[in-house]
Amino acid sequence: MSAAPKPRLPARSYNFAYLDEQTKKMIRRAILKAVAIPGHQVPFAGREMPLPYGWGTGGIQVTAAILGRDDVLKVIDQGADDTTNAVNIRRLFAKTAGVKTTTHTEEATVIQTRHRIPERPLAESQILVFQVPIPEPLRWLEPRESETSKLHALADYGLMHVHLYEDIATHGRIARSYDYPALVHERYVASPSPIPKFDNPKLDRSPALMLFGAGREKRIYAIPPHTRVKSLDFEDHPFSVQRWDRACELCGARDSFLDEVVTDDEGNRMFVCSDSDYCETRRGGETPEAADD
Amino acid sequence: MYVAVKGGERAIANAERLLAETRRGDPAVPELSLAQIDEQLSLAVDRVMTEGALYDRALAALAIKQARGDMIEAIFLLRAYRTTLPRLGEALPVDTARMLLMRRISAAFKDLPGGQVLGPTFDYTHRLLDFDLAEEGRPRATAETAPVVPGVSVPRVADLLGREGLIEPAPAANEGPVPDLTQAPLAFPAPRELRLQNLARGDEGFLLALGYSTQRGWGSTHPFAGEIRMGSIAVEFEPPELGFPIEIAEIVVTECDLINQFKGSAEQPPQFTRGYGLVFGHAERKAMSMALVDRALRARELDEATGAPAQDEEFVLSHSDNLESSGFVQHLKLPHYVDFQSELHMVREMRADWERTRDQIAARTLATKAAE
Repeated sequence: MSAAPKPRLPARSYNFAYLDEQTKKMIRRAILKAVAIPGHQVPFAGREMPLPYGWGTGGIQVTAAILGRDDVLKVIDQGADDTTNAVNIRRLFAKTAGVKTTTHTEEATVIQTRHRIPERPLAESQILVFQVPIPEPLRWLEPRESETSKLHALADYGLMHVHLYEDIATHGRIARSYDYPALVHERYVASPSPIPKFDNPKLDRSPALMLFGAGREKRIYAIPPHTRVKSLDFEDHPFSVQRWDRACELCGARDSFLDEVVTDDEGNRMFVCSDSDYCETRRGGETPEAADD
Repeated sequence: MYVAVKGGERAIANAERLLAETRRGDPAVPELSLAQIDEQLSLAVDRVMTEGALYDRALAALAIKQARGDMIEAIFLLRAYRTTLPRLGEALPVDTARMLLMRRISAAFKDLPGGQVLGPTFDYTHRLLDFDLAEEGRPRATAETAPVVPGVSVPRVADLLGREGLIEPAPAANEGPVPDLTQAPLAFPAPRELRLQNLARGDEGFLLALGYSTQRGWGSTHPFAGEIRMGSIAVEFEPPELGFPIEIAEIVVTECDLINQFKGSAEQPPQFTRGYGLVFGHAERKAMSMALVDRALRARELDEATGAPAQDEEFVLSHSDNLESSGFVQHLKLPHYVDFQSELHMVREMRADWERTRDQIAARTLATKAAE
């Protein structure tokens, strides 16, 4: 047998922020449409990304499409900059776009998030990009896309209201603690992504643009700045958020979402801010250097 | 002590190095070359190219090596790479009648023009572990093969039947542009071109199970293997500035034409209908499964009873992609502290309500008993 020919392999380089410019244009068009129709899910030709579906590919594509060289990027997962998936996404953009990254909420121009909205109020100069697993708020009630798209077109949300009512009839409350559906601009019911309902009020009339990317489901939607966002409820069962009867044990905050941390094998636990930057800033400490910056 | 996860960056980098170390295994064992994978695990390369939607044997072999033989991971690597490639244009449709056949069988006719060619198949092997194969350095087996006559068309079985009008003709070639699954999001109802694109990239295991379900009565299609052919075929591209087609590649594909009974409807006479499968490389299981599911998905168009999973295009097409399913199933490994905390909060409240109600009922029962 003669020596096997060396396989031909291509060059090893990628475009700025990984996606090619054609794809970015396509995504930007979807974003513009989404901003023009608040809360409406715009289908887009989502691409395969170098991270798995379900791990933030929608948010990553939105971020890649809007990122410029002067942007400062912050990535959080569960409110924290140092959770593995947040680190990994920040690392991807540090590698493919070379943009400046930060853990400080106020320094960031683009914040990509999974499951939280930062505690510190956002400004007009900032864009919050959400990673969305299931963009369709009606999906649990109706699995067919062909049906749910009709329900949205007709603004027919009876199914959802009946569902919430049944919760009250059965459990005495709306048994929904995260991914709590909201009515955007008095027209479309949208999924806020699986943020705790604690964060829902931050969506209402936010000065920052909020973009939602669902990669696997290939949908983008938006809540433009200063848009009215109302969490669904009933007059006699008004929407309410989680409250803790204790403060963060590290910074003493009483107004933040608290994570419960099991500290030993005897069931002892402590409650600390889920937003790591908020907590560090309140303690006046330096946020630990993100090693990838 | 605050013990939440810190230092994710270092942990990730180390895990990556550990993966590389584990991938290589014992350094005393020679390292796999891409050529070895391509030559000796060629069916793995075929599957990765098909579901990875990119015909490039070297890259598929690299993906398999990098993925440590995990096929879905290798498919993922190839697809993520494919995303970054520029699109130069669309090739002309390939004509599989002009295939240089390496294998061609029909279960519908005993003999037919062009003959039956078994080719390199597992079909009639006894599945006995061949212990001789465990020894290396044995001479390569050689075999007599049917002569390959380039440039000669071997008509497809379905076309032979078609002359009698007993089988539906192949759909007419598209006038305008062909929809492209990778350039526009899938919408329902999906035309057959898009369904076929989706099935071609779809997970072999998923399609196999769905195809199998149609044979067990969940959307029966009464199929015959009209023809399965495998061989190499030229891909042509017509650059606009040239005005005539040029051959840009030669690829190996497997094509499956299943012919299915159709009792006819008010508009159409009884005739045979077709389910179609086409995949890269040699992959009959996949091509046949694809053809079964393709036919099942045509139930509505042919005015047949629907309701089985394989006939439901939203169900099939939304769940066929193994990158989507693998990613979403495994994303459960990502932290969900915040959602779980929210649920904990709510369950505690609901439990407190439940206990309060239970105590009230108990107190009331006690009071009633005391009153008696």
